[in-house]
Amino acid sequence: MTPRKRRRLMIGIAGLACLGAAAGLVLSSLGDQLVFFLSPTEIVEKAPPPTQRIRIGGLVEQGSVVRSDDGTTVAFNITDLATSVHVTYRGILPALFREGQGVVAEGHRQPDGTVKAAEVLAKHDETYMPKEVVESLKASGRWQEGDPLPSAPHPGTEAAVTR
Amino acid sequence: MMLTRLANPTRFMRLADRLLPWLAAATVLAFAAGLVWGLGFAPPDYQQGDTVRIMFVHVPAAWLAMFGYSFMAVASFVALVWKHPLADVAAKAAAPLGAGFCLIALITGSLWGEPMWGTWWVWDARLTSMLVLFFLYVGYIALWSAIDEPERAARAAAILALVGAVNVPIVKFSVDWWSTLHQPASVIRMDGPTIDASILWPLAINALAFQLYFVTVLLWRMKAELIGRRIRALTLGIAAREA
Repeated sequence: MTPRKRRRLMIGIAGLACLGAAAGLVLSSLGDQLVFFLSPTEIVEKAPPPTQRIRIGGLVEQGSVVRSDDGTTVAFNITDLATSVHVTYRGILPALFREGQGVVAEGHRQPDGTVKAAEVLAKHDETYMPKEVVESLKASGRWQEGDPLPSAPHPGTEAAVTR
Repeated sequence: MMLTRLANPTRFMRLADRLLPWLAAATVLAFAAGLVWGLGFAPPDYQQGDTVRIMFVHVPAAWLAMFGYSFMAVASFVALVWKHPLADVAAKAAAPLGAGFCLIALITGSLWGEPMWGTWWVWDARLTSMLVLFFLYVGYIALWSAIDEPERAARAAAILALVGAVNVPIVKFSVDWWSTLHQPASVIRMDGPTIDASILWPLAINALAFQLYFVTVLLWRMKAELIGRRIRALTLGIAAREA
């Protein structure tokens, strides 16, 4: 390597290192600002004022969904399995909404600690399986729908389960 | 060394000409197999039903958008440090390809988000960083066409490509570092893929098809760029002689 090339290489590496350090500092100082939603525990801890628009994310607690008689209003708990927050919502729910499903609700925290949502989004997990595999996993007791972290079958292993 | 041998554009073009028919055929075959399998025969997902088929386009497009930018950044580094004559040609040729993949990932993601999440778009860390990636591609292409002289344009664009490269790990790890609406990685993760083999295989073949398309069109575009530069040099030579 010629001295000029070596000099350019050094400058290049030093430049990239500075850039990486700067980006790292910016990201770590932004930290909390970049999250899309807060967990129920964080909502209870921070207790944001009712004027502040917040997003709360977690699982729809099993057995907590109550629909009003006219079907337009729904109430449920969002849980992170440590804390639950009661949420009320009036509007159309996404198709994936059900008990045990991950959801993100956007709205305002009421003085009584519940959240009045203006929008509810479904959050699906990173597991993709055909129906038959899910059914056989359930039958063998290896996985329950709505588990926070489904023990995903690794490719190649589920063939044994399906049979 | 292979790279030094290919520094001769004529030698590179001869190699590209020999490879291109095979690459093009392989691309068509992989696309045919991957899309037919994925869209026609792969099983529907237990939660998402047939909507999951969007994944066979969305995920490879997103991977290639990130691969394209990484390729561009490495080529730009090589161009700046070693002045390899093909490096800036390669980086320039990769940009519109990566931008196209990025746009496909954004659009298919939006089409997927509406039925599944209940929204076309949210400003979470993954979606926002992917949009930034698209703008970086567009900025890179704009910078190339804003400066007439190829040497100066290459330098400026290479620096932009390297600065923008910090966004690539942010796109990849955004779903792990912050809470996002987008779910975490399904395939490239420490504990192995969380996709059943019956869906993972057609996804892998589509990813191969997208990758082959990238390499094929990249070689074509590099050839076109080299020929374009040769024409430019000849025209300038004729103009100088006539003057």
